[in-house]
Amino acid sequence: MLTNHILSLSIWVPILAGVIVLALGNDHRVALTRWLAAFGAIAGLLVTVPLYTQFNFAEAGFQFQEAAYWIPAFQIFYHLGADGISVPLILLTSFTTLICIIASWQVITKNIAQYMACFLMMSGLMIGVFSALDSILYYVFWEAMLIPMFLVIGIWGGPNRVYATVKFFLYTLLGSLLMLVAFIYLFHLTGSFNIAKYHNVVLPFNVQLCIFMAFFMAFAVKIPMWPVHTWLPDAHVEAPTAGSIVLAAVMLKLGGYSFLRFAMPIAPDATHYLAGFMIALSLIAILYIALVALVQKDMKKLIAYSSISHMGFVTLGFFLFSQLGLEGAIVQMISHGFISAAMFLCVGVLYDRMHSRQIADYGGVANTMPVFSAFVVLFAMANSGLPGTSGFVGEFMVILAAVKYDFWVAFIAATTLIFGASYTLWMVKRVYYGSVANDKVAALKDLSRREFVLLAVLAAFTIGIGVYPQVITQMTQATSARFLNHMSISKLPAAGI
Amino acid sequence: MDTINTDLFISMPEITMLSMAMFILIIDLFLNKNNRMIIYGLAQMTLFAAAYLVLSLNAFAIDVAYNGMFISDPISDVLKLATLIGASIMLVYTRHYMQLRQMFSGEYYALFLFAIVGMMVMISGYNLITIYVGLELLSLCVYALVALDRDNARATEAAMKYFVLGALASGMLLYGMSMIYGVTGSLDIGTIAERLKDAFEQNPDFIHNPVLILGLVFIVSGLAFKFGAVPFHMWVPDVYQGSPTAITMLIGSIPKFAGFAMALRLLVFGLAYLVGDWQDMLLVMAVMSIAIGNITAIAQTNLKRMLAYSTISHIGFLLLGLMSGSLNGFASSMFYVSAYVLMSLAGFGMILLLSRKGHEAEQLDDLKGLNKRSPWTAFLMLITMFSMAGVPPTVGFYAKFTVLQAALHVGFIWVVVFAVLMAAIGAFYYLRVIKLMYFDEPVDTALIDAPLDMKMILSLNALALLVVGLMPQGLLELCGVAIATSLPHLL
Repeated sequence: MLTNHILSLSIWVPILAGVIVLALGNDHRVALTRWLAAFGAIAGLLVTVPLYTQFNFAEAGFQFQEAAYWIPAFQIFYHLGADGISVPLILLTSFTTLICIIASWQVITKNIAQYMACFLMMSGLMIGVFSALDSILYYVFWEAMLIPMFLVIGIWGGPNRVYATVKFFLYTLLGSLLMLVAFIYLFHLTGSFNIAKYHNVVLPFNVQLCIFMAFFMAFAVKIPMWPVHTWLPDAHVEAPTAGSIVLAAVMLKLGGYSFLRFAMPIAPDATHYLAGFMIALSLIAILYIALVALVQKDMKKLIAYSSISHMGFVTLGFFLFSQLGLEGAIVQMISHGFISAAMFLCVGVLYDRMHSRQIADYGGVANTMPVFSAFVVLFAMANSGLPGTSGFVGEFMVILAAVKYDFWVAFIAATTLIFGASYTLWMVKRVYYGSVANDKVAALKDLSRREFVLLAVLAAFTIGIGVYPQVITQMTQATSARFLNHMSISKLPAAGI
Repeated sequence: MDTINTDLFISMPEITMLSMAMFILIIDLFLNKNNRMIIYGLAQMTLFAAAYLVLSLNAFAIDVAYNGMFISDPISDVLKLATLIGASIMLVYTRHYMQLRQMFSGEYYALFLFAIVGMMVMISGYNLITIYVGLELLSLCVYALVALDRDNARATEAAMKYFVLGALASGMLLYGMSMIYGVTGSLDIGTIAERLKDAFEQNPDFIHNPVLILGLVFIVSGLAFKFGAVPFHMWVPDVYQGSPTAITMLIGSIPKFAGFAMALRLLVFGLAYLVGDWQDMLLVMAVMSIAIGNITAIAQTNLKRMLAYSTISHIGFLLLGLMSGSLNGFASSMFYVSAYVLMSLAGFGMILLLSRKGHEAEQLDDLKGLNKRSPWTAFLMLITMFSMAGVPPTVGFYAKFTVLQAALHVGFIWVVVFAVLMAAIGAFYYLRVIKLMYFDEPVDTALIDAPLDMKMILSLNALALLVVGLMPQGLLELCGVAIATSLPHLL
């Protein structure tokens, strides 16, 4: 019986676990609190596994659907479902949550129960965003998810945390309120909040343009695209390590996913019309932000800019309208989830020991932390797109698709292989190589067993997807073919009507 | 004889309240200071009895009494019930606060009950005079209550300000009513509507009659003043800040039910044919209230003053629903006002909870580090603030959602876009409260000392914001049905 409610379970098990942690745990019962949270995260991961094992790879539409009346007064349903695009992201979310809980095991010492509960609830809410098929249900999850993240950055963050977290909240809120207006407008037209219905509604061109822009405001902030990216470096720098991991690994993907779910299929003609503009923004993100990353002095800030640059590939892949580009973008989203999580985790490992993220404070870490440095070099290579790692696959697919679209687009996108390598490897050189810079570095201890396991698991995924990317593409294939087919049909009203 | 019996029957809740208020006033003379709890118990019992009577006497039917002066319809049943429940919650919240400040007196409870009777008469008034009398009964009691702490200079000043401006607004309202009477020849709302309809059918230009429009302008101004909508909002922050918090709560919460009912009776029941005119007026006030309320609130350091500006912006949203001029819009306004009252009860309840003898927790800084002092209290305030900001999954989100969809349905899309942008600006000052509670270190470290019943009701109150936010269907349906069955002629 429960097999019909896999998505509900994926959403509510972590949220319920969060409530339990909040109720039973506190700072006097540290061990209990941590273990409860870990069990909650493991349970949350286990209930999402059937999404993969029972997934029908040939089916392009929504699977695991559940629907029940929620607010009949406005035809709002509790309607869930997942397709080839959302299932990998849901799995990524529940996996990342477990990583976060373990990564914070000893780092967080005050308000542990609240901290763990925030991550567990955030996990459920984000899975809700990925699986909602009713736009108001989606909106509720989308907004509710901001609350725990706001608290995580604000309570456990760095010195400038209040500025960063308020900026994060207001940026996202402003964008998403316009999306709400778009939903209400579509409700006004169709009498329903069903997303599938929105996909088939006929819209005049200027209406499509307005709706696309409203969605663009919401999702571009989230991804984030240049020029509305400025909240991200602030949020990353101030957030605790696990907060950065969730932010980079999952939250940015919500924006990418939502483009595929809302903005593009609801307004296909506007999407085609604005494709050039979107590609231009993506290229600016890829090239300009990579250059910005080059000059960063703070490691976390550098990785934050690198995230924006990599997400540029995701949006570039979307707006090329080819199977290769779209699948490459999705692979890039998943791969970036693992790599950015690993990169932030590595900075966290150093920060826990040295309480500094400035590149200048380090030097020659490889001498005192050899095992750790090996991992770092692996992830750095993955981040700069070395073949054999997952970072290569997505970027390469998108660049190939771009060559077919326009040579110069591909050319600019391909510069990332140089700049990405430059900023990543230059950071590695300054922090890890050379002679030991100071006494603090000399006193560093190598990875603990817990840290080793975390990084090893992430490394396995990074290489696994790099060697065998079909594990993702076979899920997305049918869905992306259907998506492109949908995008190729105009939704403008027939002439004369 | 029969009609009188029916009339009495229909107005039984009001009669009960009135008799009990007078009884309390008398019995207070014979009680010594230590037995005031009896008065408190009697007041609570009165509210429950009245609520029971509202529910049991022909609930959800339309009855008219006293030759059309008084109406009992689903709208009035729902709003009266909500008013009485709100009043009962308020008595629980204020008891301890009043005891600590030597204001735990018979007058407080008698005036309080009289004010509730005034609201109930406003809700059920179906004649310009009945509505006016109800409004004055409410206002006079509240003026006196603001000055209850008579040695407090600020409270006295607030009372004076409130009285002078309130009297002016009453005058405007009355002046407008007299003009409407002059044009239509009746004070009865039903008759006014009929005569306007007849006149309109004979001559469509009749609705442009200047006296009629002028009368409408004065009525809308009077209403706006009572609501505290921009540009008639100047009294709101000063009175909110100056009054004892218990009385601020009385001003800032349940009277909005009565105000909503009064607006509905006057504008929709009576002057529906002038919808084109009052729609414009309400639109301007709604947009200005949302903008000025949200922007000015950012600059406040006093929590009560901040909530005052927050109220102004909420009233803007409420007017946005009314302005839509559709059943959907009225129902959404009714939902908004219910959600608003629930939120403001929780918000002011929190100030009362944190106040203690000789200390009013009314500065924003008093909330600093609340999460360290009491995580549960901070969590309740967190829900309240997110609800006021309109963030899901709280009831405040659905309140804004229903109003916005009603406004969009009648084509005001740019107003809706403007309102959501302002809501995003407004989110900032609610976030600041959360920031103070969660991210800062406590300044005030005193233990929170409050009676158990208050803590429990306050917890339920704040959790209700979350629960109704997750399951809004019941309240939405109640408002929709009440509006649809009370206003069948608009269907």
